[in-house]
Amino acid sequence: MADKAEILSGLAEIVEEVAGVAQDDVTSEKSFVDDLDIDSLSMVEIAVQAEDKFGVKIPDDELANLKTVGDAVDYVAANSK
Amino acid sequence: MSTNRPALALRQGPAATRVLGVGSTQPDRIVTNDDLAASMDTNDQWIRERVGIVERRFAGEDERLVDMAVTAGAKALADAGTDPSEVDTVIVPNCTMPSPIPNAAAQVADRIGISAAGAFDLNAACAGFCYGLGVASDLIRAGSSGKVLVIGAEKLTDVVDPADRSTAIIFADGAGAALVGPSDEPGIGPVVWGSAGESVDMIYMREHRYIYQEGQSVFRWATTQMAPVAIRAVEAAGLELSDVDVLIPHQANLRIVEAIAKRLRAKGARDDLVVADDIRYSGNTSSASIPLALDHMRAAGTVKRGDIVLIVGFGAGLSYAGQVIVCP
Repeated sequence: MADKAEILSGLAEIVEEVAGVAQDDVTSEKSFVDDLDIDSLSMVEIAVQAEDKFGVKIPDDELANLKTVGDAVDYVAANSK
Repeated sequence: MSTNRPALALRQGPAATRVLGVGSTQPDRIVTNDDLAASMDTNDQWIRERVGIVERRFAGEDERLVDMAVTAGAKALADAGTDPSEVDTVIVPNCTMPSPIPNAAAQVADRIGISAAGAFDLNAACAGFCYGLGVASDLIRAGSSGKVLVIGAEKLTDVVDPADRSTAIIFADGAGAALVGPSDEPGIGPVVWGSAGESVDMIYMREHRYIYQEGQSVFRWATTQMAPVAIRAVEAAGLELSDVDVLIPHQANLRIVEAIAKRLRAKGARDDLVVADDIRYSGNTSSASIPLALDHMRAAGTVKRGDIVLIVGFGAGLSYAGQVIVCP
């Protein structure tokens, strides 16, 4: 299981690739929608790539609960094998 | 065990088929994003970013699905230089006839001048055209039909709640047709098709009246599961992804189209692969979207005679189908 710093860094790479947000801006307290301007379809793309990268399942109903980058990091940390 | 019962005769058709001609039609009325924003809480930028649509066509009250199908079908015959008397079968993939009885195909065949055609509708929603093309090709190869007209036609505005901004901005009206006939060289590859009925609730008719879809779930399914279907269609045709000149996915959402193209390029499709973006000016026309895009791209010169075209349709059911065709 990856530690949270590694997950954050990996997630930031994905967010940059999908939504064009600079990796340095992807920090734990940021809201995907309100701060990073990421829409619902880009969130799906991020989830799909995170599933591949971290070996987790992120169903759409869980995805709705991941409001901040920190929420996503915590979810991956708790659910990755 | 032998019997005295006489053996039944069987027919055998030609080994190969191809698309002989294509044609399409759209209503005259253009509806822009600003037009929609005048009656609901949306705007041009939001629509372009979410679905990639700039404008779409809405049929008038007196423009019916069968009228559009007749026009598109007749154009495909003219494009092929084929007289209606040479056609014996008409398939109309659609999911928006106003009622299940009568079907569209019989009246469409009659109005085009195809006498006593084998005629049936086919409902595989947005995958319908690829299903229809696969059935048409195999009917000919089996000797059941000589030439088959496949017409994807939809009047989705009949089943869209004009006040629902999640669907009213996407769906539109139109028809696209392909005439399929025997060929010396294979021009239609094997169809690869399937369904995912466990996900039936992702796209359905709310109160049997208005179309509804789970946007995120459909997006995830289409962007992750359809590239593998497209790759299987290429393999079934004995080709490599790098052989494909043109990709025409069902025009569901420009972001789905682009995501499929990206995955195919990552698996070996060429950087200069031409990717259909007809949704920008046509909207999502369900079973009509692939032949509409093909016809428009051919007219614009972005697809040329002899090009290897990969098509894949996907939608409610869930259902999906794809194959490789050679552009006529």
